[in-house]
Order: sequence, then structure tokens, then C-alpha cells
Amino acid sequence: MRETTTVPEDLRWESDGTSRIPFAAYTSAALHAKELERFFYTGHWCYVGLEAEIPNPGDFKRTAVGERSVVMARERDGSIRVVENVCAHRGMQFCRARHGNRAEFVCPYHQWTYALNGDLIGVPFKRGVRQDGRVNGGMPADFRNEDHALTKLRVATRGGVVFASFDALVEPLEDYIGPTVLRYFDRLFDGRALRILGYNRQRIPGNWKLMQENIKDPYHPGLLHTWFVTFGLWRADNRAELKMDARFRHAAMISTRGNAGKAGEVSAVSSFKDQMTLEDPRFLDIVPEDWWGGPTAVMTTLFPSVILQQQVNSVSTRHIQPRGHGAFDFVWTHFGFADDSPDMLQRRLRQANLFGPAGFVSADDGEVIELSQEGFEQKPFHRTLAELGGRDVADADHMVTETLIRGMYRYWREVMEA
Amino acid sequence: MDLRDYVDLGQLYAGYARAVDSGDWDLWPEFFTDVCTYRLVPRENHERGFPLATLSFESKGMLRDRVYGIRETLFHDPYYQRHVVGAPVVRQVVDGRIHSEANYAVFRTKLSELSTVFNVGRYVDEVVRTPAGLRFASRLCIYDSELIPNSIIYPI
Repeated sequence: MRETTTVPEDLRWESDGTSRIPFAAYTSAALHAKELERFFYTGHWCYVGLEAEIPNPGDFKRTAVGERSVVMARERDGSIRVVENVCAHRGMQFCRARHGNRAEFVCPYHQWTYALNGDLIGVPFKRGVRQDGRVNGGMPADFRNEDHALTKLRVATRGGVVFASFDALVEPLEDYIGPTVLRYFDRLFDGRALRILGYNRQRIPGNWKLMQENIKDPYHPGLLHTWFVTFGLWRADNRAELKMDARFRHAAMISTRGNAGKAGEVSAVSSFKDQMTLEDPRFLDIVPEDWWGGPTAVMTTLFPSVILQQQVNSVSTRHIQPRGHGAFDFVWTHFGFADDSPDMLQRRLRQANLFGPAGFVSADDGEVIELSQEGFEQKPFHRTLAELGGRDVADADHMVTETLIRGMYRYWREVMEA
Repeated sequence: MDLRDYVDLGQLYAGYARAVDSGDWDLWPEFFTDVCTYRLVPRENHERGFPLATLSFESKGMLRDRVYGIRETLFHDPYYQRHVVGAPVVRQVVDGRIHSEANYAVFRTKLSELSTVFNVGRYVDEVVRTPAGLRFASRLCIYDSELIPNSIIYPI
């Protein structure tokens, strides 16, 4: 039978399952707008930053929830507020600095002034301008500052991580993450003071969901990331667990580096070289830390906005900020812990060479995402296949499965088809 | 510094640009001393005092490991790159160690695509004379580019 080359008006799934994902889920601008509304702007908590980025009263950071610019700031009482970066007067994005310290936010256009919590506290010429014994202009008599605050987001923090939501009715953060994945969240963010090490920022020309899928896909690391395999950091028979929340939207990929045997025995990588060693082994000067509690790597995906990375001694958050259906900005915030020894700090920084937009095992993720999007765009009537390990959705105790991707799309369908 | 040193410095900068655009990645580590610093750093991190770099290498061995990664392990869409490097300004010379800087722009051309601006910044360098000629003891590439267009594979 000849395949149809008509672009479907509605998203067409081949079955009730989610092992075959329509390309149109990545190429449709209308679906993207619906995703922003249903995943980023209602019913979900989105990552906006780390408390350590704004340690002092008045500190602020411009960040994003989905495609909406927001500002997170610390109040005098130490609490954290998140407001939308749109002036209540003429709608201008008033905050252009990416970080800084302010007593209040002032929109440059007409000097409307807001407290850090978003309350409107100053409107020039509100009572008009007195001239020749009369008052010109001014706001109407019924104008009340209270009616014109910035849009205030709900804020939740846990372990030094800040989440925000436009939705006043969103469930508590802990319920949102769910007990299974919360365990791994708390493993990394157990209340220790964090130290910000810096940022990497990249724009990846692919649909934002592909990054979530990339970190829910234990099939690819040993095949795409030959560096991992070559230098013994990844083996397909590493002890591993894949765990999801009850709704399958979040996941943790938990793995423990094995010591036994040669990686070549379980590698399908044709370029694999058994004898290859690093000229400078400090890239992989791994020192186990007590808080790992066993696993050497835990990659946690919190749907829709963030990935939490622990790969041996390198830890970071990776913030997904969509830019239309075909691109997203990916912001890496590397951190350490305030009580790290100088050696551990140096080690985290060295191992950071593996990650980020130029990293030995991350640059290629961006590349395959871009080329996947290219494939989807040319053939939007087609679908992907995610059937490794079956067609069902369930936690697993091995890496040879695409179950987490199927799980994410089960949740995606539940929300998008509601 | 004398004119000969300045001419040599210009040759070092020009030779580096030629090497990293040549596709022969083995040339790149040879511009450095055995113990060296190579850092590709977002301007934001540099100016805010954050220690993280996009890439941070501390020895010629690490540079060679990167070359191995480029050639053997990093999957990437193939591209050409072209550096345009301004004339170096010598900021100071201390005990024969030249502290110099230069602006750079790198253009990327992917196969079947238009050429685009890829990465823009400045080099902040420390150059020493070795028996083999001038070499970088330290090269910081501090880039203005706020977003990396997907990935950086080849040396800047």
C-alpha cells in the first residue's frame, strides 16, 4: 500500500498505546500552543531556578516559564516571589537585565513601579498635573493600585530549588512530583547549601519534548555516546532502574557503574576501541560521595520543564524553555555544594567537560535532536517507533527499554485529549 | 617587546586560526605548552566570577583527548568553521610572558546551508617562547554569544 502523504488535520495515533508517536506531535504549531497552555501554564509546576542564585534580599533573576518571561526575586523577609515580566500598564517586558539587585521593579516606559512581590506601588501623574490652578489628566477616580499588580505566580521551593506556576489551583509540589521521584529529588537536593558554578546556554533547533525523551531513553547512551563506552563510564549491563511517578510524566534513570568485564562484551558500537585510554585521566577522576547512596548516576526528568543531572561528580539542572514548536533554549546551571573541598570543586568543574553544549557526551544529544526534527518536518504524516522492551508502560530494572518515553506520551495523551 | 616578537605573535595568532579551520585537528594541541590552560567561557560566567567553562582543559593531553573525541566519538552534523581574528594587542610582557588579546568571530557553514555567525568573542592569552617558537601557555576564549547554536564540536 502506498503511504499517505497528506498531513493529518488531527493528530492520528495508530492505537490506544503510545509506542508510535506521530511526527505531527513535534511539528504542529497549534499543538504546541495547546501544550504550552496545558503543560506549562496550567496544572504543572515549572522550574525557574535555584535559591542560591538569589541569596540576598532584592536579588532577582530573569527566567522563564514555558515561553513566558518571568522574574524571580527574594524579598526582605527571605521569601521568594515570581512575577510575570509584563508591565500592567502597557504590557512592556520591563525587566531586561538577567540578574541584579533591586528594591523595586520600575518599568522604564512610564515609570510604573512595583514591589518585588508584584504589587503596584507607584504610578506617575496618578492624580494629574496641576497647572494654572487646575488639574490636568490623572487616572480615573476609581483607579486602584490594587487592581493592577503584575501577574503573580505561585511559588514552591524544596531543597533550594524554585518552582513556579501560573495556576492558582495547581496541586502541592510534593504531590506533583510524587513519592517515587521525590526520593531522587531529595537525594540530590537534601537541604545542603548549593554553590552556583555557572551557566551554559544553547538553542537547540528541535521540539522541546525531544529533550525530555532523550533523558528518558537509556537505549541511546551506549550507542550514540561512544565516549561513555570507550572510557568505561557506560555499559548496557550496568545495574539500573527506571522509575516513574504514578502518572508516568516524571522519571528517574538510576544506574550504577559496573566494574567487571570489558565494556566491549556488551557494546554494539563499531568504533569501540578496547585499548583506548585518556591521555589525561583527570576528566574521569571520579570520587564516590556519601549522598549517592549507591547509584553513580541518576538522571531525573520533571515534566515538562527541567532535567536534574547527577552523573558521577557532575551535578546540574537543565532548564527547558520552548521557542515555538521547532526549537528550545536549554540552560544548564552547574552547581556544587557549599561544603565541597577545593578538590571536589575542581573535580566537578573538570567533569563538566562531559556535559553542556560542547560536552563529550551531551553535544551529540543536541545534534540528534536537531536532525530528528528535520526528519519530522519533511514527513509530518509519519510516526516514530518506541517499542524497545515492549509496548507497555512500567518501571524496569534494566536499560534495554523505551518504556519511559511511552509513559510520557501516555500522560501527554491523557492531558492533551482531555 | 621588539618587532620580531610582535611579528611572531601575529604569526602565532594567524597560524592558530588557520589550524583550527583546517579540519586537521591534530594541529591544534601543538599551539600550546604541555601544561596549559584552554578555556571556552561564556562572557556571563567570566564577568560574574563563576568558575564554569563550556570547555576547560589543563594540559596538552586533555587537548589531544578532545581531538580524539572530535574525530572518533562525538557524533555531529558536519560543518566548516572559519575564524576571523583581529590583530593582537599586547597588554603587557612580564618575564618574557606576553599577555595579549584579540577579538574573534567564527562563522559556521553546514553542508547545503548558508553561512552563519557561530561564536563571537575575544581571546585573552598568555604566550611564552619555547625552543619550538611561541606557544600558548593559556588561551581563554570568552564569548559574547548568548546562545550556542546547538553545539560546539571543533576548537574555537
